[in-house]
Amino acid sequence: MTHIIHKFTRKIPEWRPRLVPVKLEEATAEQLDALKVTPSNTKVSDYVLTLAHDVESLSVRSPLFNAIMYDRGGMSREERELGALAASMVNRCIYCAAVHADRHAKLAKDESVTDELFANGENADLSPRNRAIFDFARKAAEAPPSAGPEDIDKLSEAGLSDEEIFDLILSSALFGWANRLMHVLGDPVSRRETA
Amino acid sequence: MSALTILNQAGVTPDSALSSVVSMRDNIIGMTQAAEEAVLRPKETGAFPHGLRAAIATRVARLAGDEPLAAYYLADAGHYAELSVPGEPGSQHQELAAVLSFVDKVANQTRDAAAEDISGLRLAGVADADIVRLCELVAFLAFQIRVISGLRLMNGKSA
Repeated sequence: MTHIIHKFTRKIPEWRPRLVPVKLEEATAEQLDALKVTPSNTKVSDYVLTLAHDVESLSVRSPLFNAIMYDRGGMSREERELGALAASMVNRCIYCAAVHADRHAKLAKDESVTDELFANGENADLSPRNRAIFDFARKAAEAPPSAGPEDIDKLSEAGLSDEEIFDLILSSALFGWANRLMHVLGDPVSRRETA
Repeated sequence: MSALTILNQAGVTPDSALSSVVSMRDNIIGMTQAAEEAVLRPKETGAFPHGLRAAIATRVARLAGDEPLAAYYLADAGHYAELSVPGEPGSQHQELAAVLSFVDKVANQTRDAAAEDISGLRLAGVADADIVRLCELVAFLAFQIRVISGLRLMNGKSA
């Protein structure tokens, strides 16, 4: 039996769609191209197959997502993950929060920051730099967004360059997008025990 | 491709200090514009013609308190313009009531979105592919609104 996960965790759940994903054997040429299906790569997640219903969006979203999270320069990958996590916590996207807390912990080689965030939320005990990053990303993710000039000032005071601040704006905002797909179109469920 | 909406809306002028900061991410700014094309003006519109998409975008921008962005999208809403005001749908568009309440919830009460919201749309006759199209539209707008909002804050700081 599987059950829906409601609490934040770093253990990555399965994602179960609330509607019927595109069937790979029925996909159009344009969908196959966006899915990056090749003879050597035929494994596609239900999430991506669900998004393939809107292939024009999927085709532009995947490279945009990768550029914001992984392109070189600017903010460290670890800190971009913190921006992603803050937004995912605001929107209570359990799946996104698990994936990006796990990535943060691995990149930082430290689980204490995400442990603290999951235990204490916005009152977590964080370093001044992480505090400024998390607070900005959290307020930017609220609806309507509530970050103000003072939140940008705190980022500068914590030592972030303008390039890093722009990268944080992008990574937090990106999860305004991703959360509204992942959290709305499906449920995070426990993985079946394989023992 | 049309002009770059996020830079125009945030008032980032070509020779400004902020322009040189964001130019490091020219590729991302360009792809963001391509994403706007894909959700506002797609070739395959499904159940949502371009004018209706523009009206929904106007509505979502208003829900975020972004009137300049709302005005930008309203220009393309045509006869769907009355749907751009959050609240009850106009009498001419009762069939869109379920769609519009879903839009409002995903835009601004995201954390409360639940399985019933999807099953409700399906009961209202919205196809699965159109549910994904609608979600992508609202979700992209959440992104675009927040990039613009952040850039405006940076622009205020450097001014």
